[in-house]
This record gives sequence, structure tokens and C-alpha cells, in this order.
Amino acid sequence: MTTDYWAQLHSTALLGTDRRPLPEPSGPPALVAAAASVDRSDQATALLELAALTAVRRRAGLLPLPAPEPTPAAEPDERPELPAAAARRLAVLLAGRATGATAQANLTELLPQWLAAAREHGYRLPAAQLPALLEAARARSELRGDVVALAGPLGRWLAERNPQWRYVLRTAGAQGPTETDLIWQQGLFAERVTHLTQLRRRDPAAALALLAGTWPSERAEDRLLFLDALQEGLSPADEPFLEAALTDRSRNVRSTAAELLSTLPGSALGARMAERALAAVRLVDGVLLVRAPTACDAAMQRDGIPPKSPTGRGEQAWWLGEMLAATPLSCWTTTFDLTSNQLLALPVAEDREGAEATGADIGIGTGTGTGAGTSAGTGPWREELHEAWARAAVRQGDARWARSLLGPPPRRTGSTPPAGAPAKLLAVLPPAERALWTAAFLRTHGPGDAFQLLGACATPWTPPLSTAVVAALERAATAGSYPWNHSGVLGLTERSLAPATAPAVAALAADAAPDTAWAETFNRLAGTLRFRAAMLAELTEPV
Amino acid sequence: MEERWSTEHILSLAPDAAAQKAAGKLSSPAPWSQAGCGQGALWGLCQGSGSTPYRTVIELTTPAYQCSCPSRKFPCKHALGLLLLWSGSAEAVPAGREPADWAAKWLTGRQQRAEKTAAPADPLAARRRAERRAAKVASGARELRLRLADRVRQGIAGAGGAAGGGWAEVSARMVDAQAPGLATRAAELDRLPADEQLAGYALLHLLATAYERVDELPEPLAQTVRARIGFSTDSAELLAGPTVRDHWLVLGSRDSADDPLTTRHLWLRGAKTGRSALLLSYGRPGQAPELALPTGWSLEAELAFHPGVQPLRAVLGPRHGPPALDPGAPWAQSIGAALASYGEAVAEDPWTESWPVVLGGVLPSTSPTGWQLTDQQGALPLHAIPDQALWRLTAISGGRPVTVFGDCGHRGFTPVTVWDEQGRATSLTTGGAA
Repeated sequence: MTTDYWAQLHSTALLGTDRRPLPEPSGPPALVAAAASVDRSDQATALLELAALTAVRRRAGLLPLPAPEPTPAAEPDERPELPAAAARRLAVLLAGRATGATAQANLTELLPQWLAAAREHGYRLPAAQLPALLEAARARSELRGDVVALAGPLGRWLAERNPQWRYVLRTAGAQGPTETDLIWQQGLFAERVTHLTQLRRRDPAAALALLAGTWPSERAEDRLLFLDALQEGLSPADEPFLEAALTDRSRNVRSTAAELLSTLPGSALGARMAERALAAVRLVDGVLLVRAPTACDAAMQRDGIPPKSPTGRGEQAWWLGEMLAATPLSCWTTTFDLTSNQLLALPVAEDREGAEATGADIGIGTGTGTGAGTSAGTGPWREELHEAWARAAVRQGDARWARSLLGPPPRRTGSTPPAGAPAKLLAVLPPAERALWTAAFLRTHGPGDAFQLLGACATPWTPPLSTAVVAALERAATAGSYPWNHSGVLGLTERSLAPATAPAVAALAADAAPDTAWAETFNRLAGTLRFRAAMLAELTEPV
Repeated sequence: MEERWSTEHILSLAPDAAAQKAAGKLSSPAPWSQAGCGQGALWGLCQGSGSTPYRTVIELTTPAYQCSCPSRKFPCKHALGLLLLWSGSAEAVPAGREPADWAAKWLTGRQQRAEKTAAPADPLAARRRAERRAAKVASGARELRLRLADRVRQGIAGAGGAAGGGWAEVSARMVDAQAPGLATRAAELDRLPADEQLAGYALLHLLATAYERVDELPEPLAQTVRARIGFSTDSAELLAGPTVRDHWLVLGSRDSADDPLTTRHLWLRGAKTGRSALLLSYGRPGQAPELALPTGWSLEAELAFHPGVQPLRAVLGPRHGPPALDPGAPWAQSIGAALASYGEAVAEDPWTESWPVVLGGVLPSTSPTGWQLTDQQGALPLHAIPDQALWRLTAISGGRPVTVFGDCGHRGFTPVTVWDEQGRATSLTTGGAA
């Protein structure tokens, strides 16, 4: 056998011809005959020559390995093919991703937009680009939904072959019951959360049942994050489970359960909170009288009110705030028969009667502004009350209250900012209204103050909001500030500005002094906008 | 009108990933003015951050680039951006124009430089140099043979590994002996896997021995031996001899970074002659190799082959027209037939490491020993293919047979290009997605 002869030559070479004799040629007659003609006067040279002969013979005589059993091919994908220009754009976006330099942050942000738009058009992606995309979504889980949808049957087929892309199979949605149970029983924590969230979206009751089934055996930090998944599709059906969770071993789980219950309309917790709230706030002769709780009793603690303030503010003020934030806002409008606007306009005063009765030191938090003269509308507790209502409005997603708390869009420069966190309140409003309010805010405040508000607005920004942002940036440029003072807003702008604003930005770039930071900033912004406009236009081209 | 290149091809011209990325940003019409194309060239003004726009010209046939920007990268992001713009939009870079003055100037100057011929060297001095070198190489080959035999006498066990077998030193001596081919192979001995070391020793011995009697060998084999030893042939000299004119399909290309140079392998196949050809092009650091031909396209040109028993390596001579897209998969072989043609090449030239072949009706699959390509009759292991390329190949196949061009060697098959069911070519060796 040739192989044997080669193996013999090899072992002789390993040990050396000084220690081991040359093997006798064996194998096919032609090889043996050729080997016979090799001069053996020097053993080492002879070995090299015999090895050359055999090596060349082995290489020249290579044969295919046996063919394996065929495996199934990917399901065909009937979706229309991606337009050629869009495919080129994707290549550019992915090439940008590969290097991941910060200078290219805008391209990194454009990829999700491209994916969402391509998905909306229902295209089939070029097969050659799928691996790079699946790889991208492995690292950036926020891309997964779109990538998995776009990758279609070929993506699933590939994921069955590459363990790194197993997430595709889990994200795909349509899974057999066995696999479902397997993920929940054996999956990694992130997989389990994804699974629970998706199930919750499809079938809230099934998700609750799944969670309840293993609840006692889950670790505290896991329980906390699983609870978060219930936020979506929360209904009275979840109440018994959440009520039970109010006595959980973990404090964080207890308070999260309480927070969920406080957002559930008509919950028993809401009713209990309302009862406490109405004991603390009375309406007497057109004045809201506030008497803060003097203790955080066991029942309050059970309902999720921590006895200690995490920020160390006055305890009474803390308890009051927590209590009011968890109280259904409808409690106020129905009990006092007033609208949210009317309630917010009421003067607030301390309920002396109560304070004297207890003799307690009123916990006054920092910045409550009490102690100063109590002119109508700025009495003690007013700010506390309004802040708590703002938190309740955000938690309960109450657009009417949010609107009242935010007030009308600011019209004058230097107008007082609204109570609570305006960005959070804004997020409760419908997108168009958010954009209008923020645009008005931008007209009266600088871009820097609007950063969080802009972040709360839906992307891409509406044309009026975009115009307001561009105008605010122009004012900032004229006022002599530097672009890097506004890097946050500029980052948002690259991502969110309406493409239609490109000419205005280009005009700004042309107006800015050449070779200045602002000229460069506006040029880059205009470039990004055009890139985005071209990118979206390509996706709508007929194939 | 000239066909516009694919994004993949353009991105493959970039010297590095950063240039690819930067070019992507310049691929929209915004920064460009006075852009146009015609007469095999492409030009435009690119507005950068400065007040004067950069002047970018590209000569498409070679291709060659010129840009007034200060970048040391070559081609620069402006040239690449302009190419991307041109490939994406016929309106942005209108065709059939007269080049702008500044562009025309460079194009004409380039043409004139190309027409100038090098002054003839002193033939007598050249012959004396050649004789001196031949003697040096012969003594190097002799020394190498002794070293190899000594090693085999003592045993080659433990020659590889981190400690090395001392072949780096021998390699350096072969460089001194002006035998770069021997030097490369000697240096490789330290890096070969244990089960391939004996073959490495034996084939190197065979080459050194062959050179010692190179004058007795038949001329084609002598040429092969000289080429393997590292005697280079002047391209101009080759082109002065007979050339092969054909429509050459670009089967694929692969760059390998052999520090400090980048070597680009470009494989062609003649439509009429059926001959395979390999073009090599080198790039200095920060520069892409100058020669770039788009995979899946074909060009009518004359090639001059390096002489030898199995002429494969060639130099590109006069071109007759620009490259054009050549749709459809090329003629292909079964795995068995491809291995047989590799075998024939090895039988003619024992130092053949690999042979270019196009495999038809194959699909990638896994086996306990790794990935392989299979057809109905047999399988061939895949070799030296990065994960990204492997998965791109697998995705394009989707479990259905495809046509694959690549390099067939004793360690397996290294894929370079794949044609999908619609006959569209995708490179497996470039960084960017197709």
C-alpha cells in the first residue's frame, strides 16, 4: 500500500536515516519500479528522493471523498428582490459597520432605519448579504426583529447551521410547543425574557400562566425583570398574581408589583391608595389642603411605599409623593368634580388642623419653597402635589393630565418650565402633539435645554419640528456657541431630522463662515440628510 | 456606454476598510460638481471642508487614479466615492462628455508616459550579471541540499514548532544566494504541519537538485524550475514575444498581505482558448495593487504567459476595449474532474501548490472533519476559507447546487467566487458584502 510506504518513509525521516534504515519500496508496481532507480549510496538523499516521488504521486492521484447524504435546502422566498441601488446602499452601510469607528456614528444609526424601511416594503435581501446582517444583529439585539423578518426562510435555514445565529430561531415567533417549553425551562436568561415578552404580546394570559408556573423557583433579580414583561398587555386578569407579589421576599419585586398595580385601572391597590390620598388632600373652600402622612405603616409598606426615602428627603414629603403617584388620577377629578386644569389651578395650603393634631414636624423636601409667604397658588406642598401628579400621569399614560401639567406650548422666552419631568410627560402625548410642543419650546429656549424633549419625540421628526431645530441651531451658531456644546442635540438631529430639511441645512452650511466648525457641522448634517433621503428613495424604486 | 462597476468591485479597490467607509459617505451627488464620464475616464470636483474642491480623475481601463487631495491612501476616498456615485446613478455622472480641461491634461500626460519606452540596457553587462547570479544560485542550491540531507540523517522530528528547525537562517542564506524561491520554501519548513514536513523537505530537495542540472532538463521544465527558484522574467520582454488574444473572463481575485506588500492574484479564463491564466499585482502599504478587474466581467486582451511546463502565470498586454459584464456561470467541472486536472498539473510541475478550477453543481455541507463541497459523486474539503466567506457561500447556495471557482490543492479547495442559480457572480474574497 502506498499509504503504508509513505508512513514508513515518514517515520524513518522523523528518527533519521542514521538510526533507522530506508524502508523497502512497496505499493503499485510503477512506484516500486521508479523507486528502484533511486540511487541509494547516500541514505538521507535517497530518502528525500523516494519521499519526493511518493509525495508527488499522492498529490497527483488525489481522489474525491465519498459524497455525503444530501440535506434539505432552504424554503424558497417569494418576496420581491431588493432593488439594486438599495442593495449597494446596504453594502455601504454594512462596510461602515465593520470598522465601527465613532466618526461613522451616523451610518451606524442609519442601518436600523434602513432595515425598518426595507422590512416595511417586504423585500427579500440578497443572500450574500445575509451573513453580515445576521452577524450585525447578533451584536446589536435591537436590530434583530427587522433582520430576522428580512432574512426570511433563508435566515432560518442558516441559523439552523450556525449556532451563533440561533437567536433567529428564537426570534422567529412560530415555534412548536416543545421548543417553547424548552426555552423557558433551559434557555439563557435573555432568551427567557425575550420569549416571555413575545408570548405576552401574543397571548397575555398564557405568558402569565408560564411565569406563575415557575415563579417561586426564580431568583429575585430574574423575578424582577420577568415582572417587567407584564407591563405590556396589563389587565385585571393579572391583579391576583401582582397582589400576591406584594408580599414577595424581594423588596424590589414588591415595589415593581405595586407600581404595575398602580397603573392598572380599577385595581384594589389603586383604591387603597385613593383612600389614603383623599385622607391627605382635602378640598376646602377652593383650596387644596394637604396633610402629609405621619408614618409609613405596614399596609402602606405592603402597597409598595418604602419607609425610607432613597434621596434622604423629608420622610413625610416622600411618603406623600409615593402615595399620590400611585393614586389613580381619576380619583381627583371624580371626587372633587373638577377637571385636571381646574385642579392644577387651585391654591394649595397646609392642612394646619392636621399638623397641629399630630404635632409632627412637617417633612419639607429640598426645593419645596415652603416657609416663604404663601401667596395664592404657591403654598407649601403645591410643588409636591404637582410633581406627584406628573409621575402619576406618566405612569398611567394619561394624556389629558400630561397636557394640563405641561401647559400650553411655551410662547415667551424665559417662561417657567412645567412641573415634573417634561420629557416624560411629553412621551405620553400623541406624536404630532409632542412635536408641536417641542417645536414651540425650541422657539423660546436654546437647543441645549430641549435635548431630553427632542429625545422623547418620534423619529423622523415632523417638518415643523425639524425646522424649529434647524432654526435653534442657527441661533446657537449666531450666538457664538460651539457645535460641541450641542453634540447631544446634533447627534439626535443626524438621526431624526426630516430629509426635507436638507436644503435648509445646506443653506446654513453655505452661510456659515467657511472652514469653521459650524460650517463643517452643517455640511456633515446636510450630507447625512441627503444620504438618508437617497437611502429611503432607493427602497421605493421599482425593481 | 461603458457598463458601470458593482459596489463590491469598487469597494475591493479600496486600500483599507477606513477608505471603504469614507468612500461610502462621498457616494451621494451632494459634494460633487462637474462630474462626468466618457472616453474611458471619469472625473469630478469634490467639495471637501476646504474652499477649493478636489479634482478627481479616474482612468477606467487600467484603472488609474489622480486626485488633488493630500491623502496618501491610494486610491483615495474621493476616487472611490466618485466610482460609487458613477456605479449608482447615471444622472449624477452623465456619460459621453468631453473630459474637463484639468482631467484631460492628466489623461493625456498618462498616455504619453505609457508610450515612452525604456532605454535598452547594456546586453553584455546584463549577461555577465546573469552568469554571476546563476553561479551564486547554484552554490546556494548545493548548500541547501546538504542541509536537507543532514537534517534527514539526524531526524526531522521536532523540527517544527516554536523552537523552529533553524530554517530561518537557511532561508536568509538563500536570499543572499539570490534564490528567493528557495528562501521562501525553506522558511516555510518551520511552519508546515508535522504531517506535511516530509513532503516539504522532499519537494525542496527536488527543486534544488533540479536546478543543479537545469541545463540538462527539457526547456519548458527548465523554465519552470528557474521560475520556482525565483528567476523572474521581465514583463516587457514577455510581451514582446507571442501573446494570446482572447475574451478573458475574470474568474476571481484574492489579495494576500505578504508584509509589507499586498499581492493580488487575479484569475482569468479565455473564452476561445479555454486557457486559465493567473495575473499577479503588488501594492505597497496603504495602496491597493494597481491591477483590478471586476469578477464576473470579461475583457478582450492579449496575455503573455510565463514559459514553463504548465503556463499559468501571465502578464496583461494590450486591451481591446473596456471590460463588460459576462452574465451566467462559466463552464465548470465535477469534483472528480477538477482533482484530475490538479493532478495533471502536479505531474507536470511537482511544485504546483494549487490549480484553478471551476466546480459545477456543488453545494457546501458540513462533515465530521469540517466543511466540504459536494457534488453527486464526491466531496472535497474546504481549505483556508474565512468564516465570513464560508457563510456567504453557504447563504448563496441555500442548500442548492451552485458554481464555484477556486484553487484546488492537496489540502483541499479554497473558494474564490460563487455563481448563484441566476448566474450572478459573488466574490468570496473581498471584505464587503456583494
